[in-house]
Amino acid sequence: MESMNNEKTGGVFTFAEQVDGELSKVSLELVGKARELAGGLGTSVTAILPCAEMGNMARELVESGADRVIVIAHPSLGDYATEPYAHAVASVIRREHPEILLYGATSIGRDLAPRISARVRTGLTADCTSLEIDPETKALRMTRPAFGGNLMATIVSPNHRPQMATVRPGVMQALVPEKGRAGTIETFDPGFTKGALDVEILEIVRRAADTSDIGSADIIVAGGRGVGSREKFALLEELAGVLGGTVAASRPCVEAGWVEPSRQVGQTGRTVRPKVYFAIGISGAIQHLAGMEGSGLIIAVNNDETAPIFSVADLGIVGDLNEVIPRLIQKVRAAKAG
Amino acid sequence: MNIIVCIKQVPDTTEVRIDPKTGTLVREGVPSIMNPDDKAGLEAALRLKDALGAHVTALTMGPPQAETVLREAMAMGADAAVLVTDRAFGGADTIATSTTLAAAIRTMDFDLIITGRQAIDGDTAQVGPQVAEFLKIPSVAYAEGIQLEEGGKSLLVHRRFEDRSHVVRVKLPCLVTALSELNAPRYMTPGGIFEAWREREIRVLKRADLPELRDDEIGLKGSPTRVAKSFPKAMKPAGTVKAGLSADEAADEITSCLQAHFVL
Repeated sequence: MESMNNEKTGGVFTFAEQVDGELSKVSLELVGKARELAGGLGTSVTAILPCAEMGNMARELVESGADRVIVIAHPSLGDYATEPYAHAVASVIRREHPEILLYGATSIGRDLAPRISARVRTGLTADCTSLEIDPETKALRMTRPAFGGNLMATIVSPNHRPQMATVRPGVMQALVPEKGRAGTIETFDPGFTKGALDVEILEIVRRAADTSDIGSADIIVAGGRGVGSREKFALLEELAGVLGGTVAASRPCVEAGWVEPSRQVGQTGRTVRPKVYFAIGISGAIQHLAGMEGSGLIIAVNNDETAPIFSVADLGIVGDLNEVIPRLIQKVRAAKAG
Repeated sequence: MNIIVCIKQVPDTTEVRIDPKTGTLVREGVPSIMNPDDKAGLEAALRLKDALGAHVTALTMGPPQAETVLREAMAMGADAAVLVTDRAFGGADTIATSTTLAAAIRTMDFDLIITGRQAIDGDTAQVGPQVAEFLKIPSVAYAEGIQLEEGGKSLLVHRRFEDRSHVVRVKLPCLVTALSELNAPRYMTPGGIFEAWREREIRVLKRADLPELRDDEIGLKGSPTRVAKSFPKAMKPAGTVKAGLSADEAADEITSCLQAHFVL
């Protein structure tokens, strides 16, 4: 086997994802989690940062918990492309023999990690929601939802290193950045040549910037099929507006074209954990619950008292959203004014 | 042009329920379907065939009953079907699965391989990129648009990310993973169904047909990962549910709840 055995323990590594020269939020969450895992192993945290130019990103990773940052700076690493990224990260693996390597379960991470797992022939666990070190074996225990969120499975990779996982954004906590924290920043050049695996990026089409990203919102007002139409989402927009929150939706609303896909919460959408989550006209299919049940306070309004959403709601109102929400908007306005 | 479409038979996870007493999955009566992303991939292949002429082969790995999705693929318009099935392949994780699929694909002619982005029972999105790596060909994940370029040597693929799309040019042979959003798959035709179930042959590949594979890279034994345990998801303690309130009372309940949590 080409696989690496685990005689060398190279520590806990993370793939630091950047887009347009800025670190993705999940990159800092991974470093935070890696610190905890490294503590359990008595080892250090290294972030791998492929980019066009490192800017302030390496410093940010150190301040958020990395002991060491390996910067691979090359023009082909600016915008994500599978091959140069796979080459960069696989080269670091071959040189450093990490014990653990974590990626964000983003579009980038979920494309890159499997390519690398095949290249170095090691295991990969997708979309983890919990990671822990087994106190006895020191193995990484990777827990993820399975069967559309109906079941949780804990996966291990007993004989292959690195133990690799992609981790859902918004699930792990980033550490509070510590200004002036000590850490080494080094550069690494694995050498880049154009080859048969390269893909040419002709154009980058940005979608209309979301005014507010549901992944970072403190208050989310989410609507489901029960809202009834695209027009009626205006009611939810208004409630979100007075609360300073943002609107999200369950899958049927996205499929019906009422709401843009970037606002979909659930197994096939985003995982969110805002301070407050309003589930309005959402029945609460298990795939939806998988994406929001980590929210701080869950308030559900639904006219069906048997809706599963009530089983996770802190406060459930059985009633007609068309009557309740307009009254609620008035009262919130009044409370804010008072 | 030869196109191979990798498809998977999956339980319809939207129909899977948890037994509230035992906390286990209730799988009885759950229908098996062609994985939705894979179906979109098949449709994309059939559209290339309709427009330009192509030979489309549906490929699946699974138990013998996975034959059903291959028949369905042929009833939709696939020209040929290959079933990779053997006890020796059982218990495979994504690495062992893609190793096996890549070996099967090496026995076939191809210019383009299309897979779904991910299967709804595993949701890993790993097998497509891994197959491409084992075949040493480029891959483009999350296709929301696929066009063959003039000359027939390359594809233009619209590749979806969270907040943007990349329009990329990729030389054939290559692998593309399809999003369900790529298209609306066609239905099987009555004639197609009759032909697919009554008249068409499925090529079956067993362990012995893929001698290049080593025993330590297939099935459970060849899988780097192991399921240590599986368990039903813990539900948090139930909150308060109020019924029969007027709209005004309901709005008051919510407002006081928000105030109690310092949101207002």
